[in-house]
Amino acid sequence: MAKGIWVFAEVKDGNVRKIGFELLSQGKKMAEKLGEELVAVILGSGVEGLTERLAEYADKVYVADNPALAQYTTDAYTTVLTNLLKEHQPSIFLCGATVVGKDLSPRVAARLQTGLATDCTGLAIGDNGLLVARRPVYAGKAYVEVVCPVSRPQMASVRPNVLEMLPADGAKKGEVIKVEVKLEPASLRTAIVEVVKAAGAKVDLTEANIIVSGGRGLKGPENFKIIEELAAVLNATVGASRAAVDSGWREHGDQVGQTGKVVTPNLYIACGISGAIQHLAGMGSSKIIVAINKDPDAPIFQKADYGIVEDLFKVVPVLTEEFKKLLSES
Amino acid sequence: MNVIVCMKQVPDTETLIKIKPDGSGIVKDDIKYVMNPYCEFAVEESLRIKEKHGGQSVLITMGPAKAVEALRTGLAMGSDRSIHLNDPAFEGADGFATAKVLAEAIKKEPYDLILCGKQAVDDDMAQVGPALAELLNLPHVTLITKLEFSADKKKAKVEREVEGGKEVIEVNLPAVFTCQKGLNEPRYASLPGIMKAKKKEVKAINAAALGLPGDQVGAAGSKTQINRYLPPPSRPPGKVISGEILEAAQKLVKLLREEAKVV
Repeated sequence: MAKGIWVFAEVKDGNVRKIGFELLSQGKKMAEKLGEELVAVILGSGVEGLTERLAEYADKVYVADNPALAQYTTDAYTTVLTNLLKEHQPSIFLCGATVVGKDLSPRVAARLQTGLATDCTGLAIGDNGLLVARRPVYAGKAYVEVVCPVSRPQMASVRPNVLEMLPADGAKKGEVIKVEVKLEPASLRTAIVEVVKAAGAKVDLTEANIIVSGGRGLKGPENFKIIEELAAVLNATVGASRAAVDSGWREHGDQVGQTGKVVTPNLYIACGISGAIQHLAGMGSSKIIVAINKDPDAPIFQKADYGIVEDLFKVVPVLTEEFKKLLSES
Repeated sequence: MNVIVCMKQVPDTETLIKIKPDGSGIVKDDIKYVMNPYCEFAVEESLRIKEKHGGQSVLITMGPAKAVEALRTGLAMGSDRSIHLNDPAFEGADGFATAKVLAEAIKKEPYDLILCGKQAVDDDMAQVGPALAELLNLPHVTLITKLEFSADKKKAKVEREVEGGKEVIEVNLPAVFTCQKGLNEPRYASLPGIMKAKKKEVKAINAAALGLPGDQVGAAGSKTQINRYLPPPSRPPGKVISGEILEAAQKLVKLLREEAKVV
């Protein structure tokens, strides 16, 4: 019978991403409830040094360290992972709903002919011992609880920043197990020929702690300068409404909403955004929402924790100065 | 080049979603259905490929009778013909069961390339493209924003969006790509296009015609099941901060620090 909770520890820029530890923290609670082991699996090149911290969370750490895994490619990662999962037959396999996790998990699930819940915001073990994955549908206008009753492993990808990360257990020392990597060159059908970093790349919207967003109320691309200045003070990422993106004021990658990015920051500051339903769907699960808009009837105020009904061109620069003062004091 | 476009009909993004009182699903009355916005990028790209390199743009969807409207929209944009996978047995399919039916139908078609949207904006699963590629034993690239072919058309070079930048990937064809906003600007159907679309082929195919047994399709063939639908978590009522601009800004900063503790 399938046993064990496995967590994919995604590596980015030489470190395990925080989502890996968030999943291990949640996985630990669920493993205790099920009486099963917690396992981390890490793929990459020169990543053996990263296993130590994972072993403070997991009972076992499988590490596949090979130059062919230096960069994520679908075929290589799918092959290495599915071989491991076939061999060890865990009951649950979790990864982050990151660009990598969202590319990898459906491919792995299809190869293993098992069920996958993507982009989850909550995980629990039900009374019958099944993994119950909660996830938004219609960009957060509704939620569903999904189970995978028969096939194994039960798979889920989980959004960054929604699960609580617990401190490592310093006394714990999980067993580190090296995995032999065998990949047929012909089986690797895609090749990364170039990686282009966006100029002045901040934290991606989907992972940002603070987002300052601008909409139609900005009136033109040049006025996003005041949004950028506020964002710089808060170390925040700049977002935009669909109206601003469709007007060509911002790149499509900045768009927050149902046809853009669904975001879950701790603080979302919406400036000159009226709050079309498809925008609200994309940012409605942010922890704290601030709205600045001169129209008191703008729907954004129904989602906002704090609202200022005023002209954003007057408020935002003052707010930037006030945050500057606050953050220089602390 | 022959391009197959997988598409889906979904509620318009302006739709308010209401959940049935027993949590078994959403209330489907009064919903306006449209072609999934990400599928529009896939249709548009297939038309640009056809215009530049020749071949056919073929649409395929799995869905109930009304899903024909989405196929007609794509045909009006300029696609050549379409396949409608329609059978009550297909209902309730998850990503895997959907990919399975699409894969069986696509195996009977000639193609050089398969395009999908990056996800459907109803269930937001983002699974069908990669799962379809796996079932057809093809490579896939997700989230593409640019597509070019090698001179011999045996390879494609695509750009895809990743966190904080982009990747340029070379891949052998045939392959499955999922399309992201930024790939192109989808055209609107013209009036002559709409007229022509009425005469274009919509081929209906059911489970028996695919040779798939009932336990491999729809809810029965799905690996996951939905236990219940829930409303989004409710938010406490917000505070409107009044006062002169400086005063309001100071109050807000204080509240964010002391009450919300987010800065």
